[in-house]
Amino acid sequence: MLELRGVTKRFGGVVATEDVTLTVKSGEIHALIGPNGAGKTTLIGQISGALFPDSGEIAFQDKPITRLRQHERVARGLARSYQITSIFRRFSVLDNLALAVQARSGSSFSFWRPVAAERALADEARAIAADINLAEKCDVPAGSLSHGDQRALEVGLALATNPKLVLLDEPMAGMGPEESQRMIALIQRIRARVTVLLVEHDMDAVFRLADRISVLVNGRLVATDVPQQIKMNAEVRKAYLGDELAA
Amino acid sequence: MKAALALLAAACVFPLAMHGLDQHFYIGFGARVLIYAMAAASLNLVLGYGGMVSFGHAAFFGAGAYVTGILAAEGLRSAWIAWPAAVAVAALAALVIGAISLRTRGVYFIMITLAFAQMMYYVFVSLKAYGGDDGLSLPGRSTLGFGLELKNPLTWYYVVLVLVVASLYLLHRIVHSRFGRVIQAIRENETRAEAIGYPVYRYKLACFVVSGAIAGLAGALIANQSSYVGPGLLHWVQSGTLMIMVILGGVGRFWGGPIGALVLLTLEETISGSDWLGPYALHWQLPVGVILLAIVLYAPQGIAGAIRKRRHA
Repeated sequence: MLELRGVTKRFGGVVATEDVTLTVKSGEIHALIGPNGAGKTTLIGQISGALFPDSGEIAFQDKPITRLRQHERVARGLARSYQITSIFRRFSVLDNLALAVQARSGSSFSFWRPVAAERALADEARAIAADINLAEKCDVPAGSLSHGDQRALEVGLALATNPKLVLLDEPMAGMGPEESQRMIALIQRIRARVTVLLVEHDMDAVFRLADRISVLVNGRLVATDVPQQIKMNAEVRKAYLGDELAA
Repeated sequence: MKAALALLAAACVFPLAMHGLDQHFYIGFGARVLIYAMAAASLNLVLGYGGMVSFGHAAFFGAGAYVTGILAAEGLRSAWIAWPAAVAVAALAALVIGAISLRTRGVYFIMITLAFAQMMYYVFVSLKAYGGDDGLSLPGRSTLGFGLELKNPLTWYYVVLVLVVASLYLLHRIVHSRFGRVIQAIRENETRAEAIGYPVYRYKLACFVVSGAIAGLAGALIANQSSYVGPGLLHWVQSGTLMIMVILGGVGRFWGGPIGALVLLTLEETISGSDWLGPYALHWQLPVGVILLAIVLYAPQGIAGAIRKRRHA
C-alpha cells in the first residue's frame, strides 16, 4: 500500500531521515517506534507531504507520490494526525468533522448554498463523532473539550477524510490509562477499513495493536519485523528497547 | 434576522425623513455611510473570515473609483459598463496582488499588501493625463437609464442602498457556504486545513479576489458620490480607515463592517462638525482614537460582538 525507497532528509548538517526503505502492507497496523529525536515525526511529515525528501521515492498504491502536495495525497486517501493536537478550536466538534468530510465530497468552491443545510455532511460527521465517542459533544467548541477528547477529535479529523491509509502520530500522547484504552479500542475498530501507520511511545499499546513494527534510530531504520521478533532483536534492544524491556 | 430587517427599514426610511426635515445634506451622508459599509464589509471577508490582515484594501477601492472616473472622463458614463468594469479591474488587481502577497505570512503579508497599495497610489499621483496629484473631477454621475436620474440625491441613495444590500446578501451567502466554512477553517488552523485536504492557497486567493471585487464596486460608487476621484482614495490612510471600521464594528462579525462604517463616519461628522468644540473640532480623530482603544481593550470583538454578547447573556 505504501512504499518508501531510500528516503533521505537533511536539515542543514543534521540528517533527520537517512536512506529509509519501508513497506506498509494493505490492512495492517504498522507501528513505527524509536527514541525521542529518532526522526519519526519528520518521516510522517514526508509521507503526508508536509515535507519533501531530499532524495528517495515514496509510492502509494503503486503510484509515485514523492512530489505530490499534501492535499493531493489526502485526495488519494492518505491522511495524518498530529502529535501536538491541531484542531479547529473555535469550531464545534461537528463542524470540525464536517469540514474534514467536506474536503473529500464534492467541490468546496461553492459560494452560495448554505453548508449547514447539507445533511449528508452532517450525517457522516455524526457517524464519525460516534466512532470516536464524541456523539454527545457534537455542539461543544473543540477548544473546550478535555485533553483526551481533543486527542480523539485529532484522530477523528484524519478519519473523517475517509483515508485508505492513516498516519497516526502518537495518538496517545499525554493520555491517562483509561483514555489510552479507549484509543486502543478505536484503532482496533477502524483497522477493518483502514490501514494504519502508528507512531507511538506507549509500548503496551504498540505490542497490543501492531502486526509489524519498524524501529527508527537516529534517522535510520534498524529493523522491521513482527512484534515477537522485534522484542528479541539484539540491535533493537541495544539501541532502544533495552531499558524498557530489560525488566 | 429581526435586527437586520429593522436596520434595513431604518436605512429605507432615513432619507425620506431627512427629505421631510429638509436636511438634504444628510441624504448624501447616508449614501456615503452605505458605500463605506460595503467597502468595510468586503475587507471583513478577508480580514475577519479569512484571517488575512490586508493593509492594502484601498488599492481595490481606489482602482474601482479610478476606472469609473477615467471612463467618465473619456465620455463613457453608462453605469452598466463603468461599474462592471470597475469590479473586473479591481478583481484583476486583487488576483495579481493576492497571487504574490499570499505567498507570505504574518507581518510580511501586511507589509507587502501595504506596499502594493502604495505603489498604485504613486502610479495615480504621477498619472498626469488623469489629474495626477489633483485627481479628476467627473463630468457628472453615471447614467443608469430607466428614467433614473442619479443626480437626484434620493434616487442616488436608493440605488446605493440596493447595491449595498445585494453585496451584503452575497457576502452572507458566502460566509455560510462551503467556501465560507473553509476560509474560516484556514483562519483557525491553516496547517490542519491543508492536512485534511484543502489547497489553502487557492482558497485564500479566491477569497481575496471576491473581496477586492466588492471593494471595486464600492469604489465605483464613491467616485459617483463625490463626482471626484483622487489618489487619496488609494492612500494607506484609506486602507487604515477601512481597517479601523472593521475593528470598531467587529472583526469576523457579519455586521462588523457596516456598523463600523456607520459609527466611525457618524463620529467624524458630529465631532468635526460641532460648533461647541470650536477649533478643537478639527482634531476629531483624537476622541475616535480613544474610543478605538477602549473597543480593542474591552470589546475585542467590536461593537457587533458586544451587542451579540448582551443579547445572549
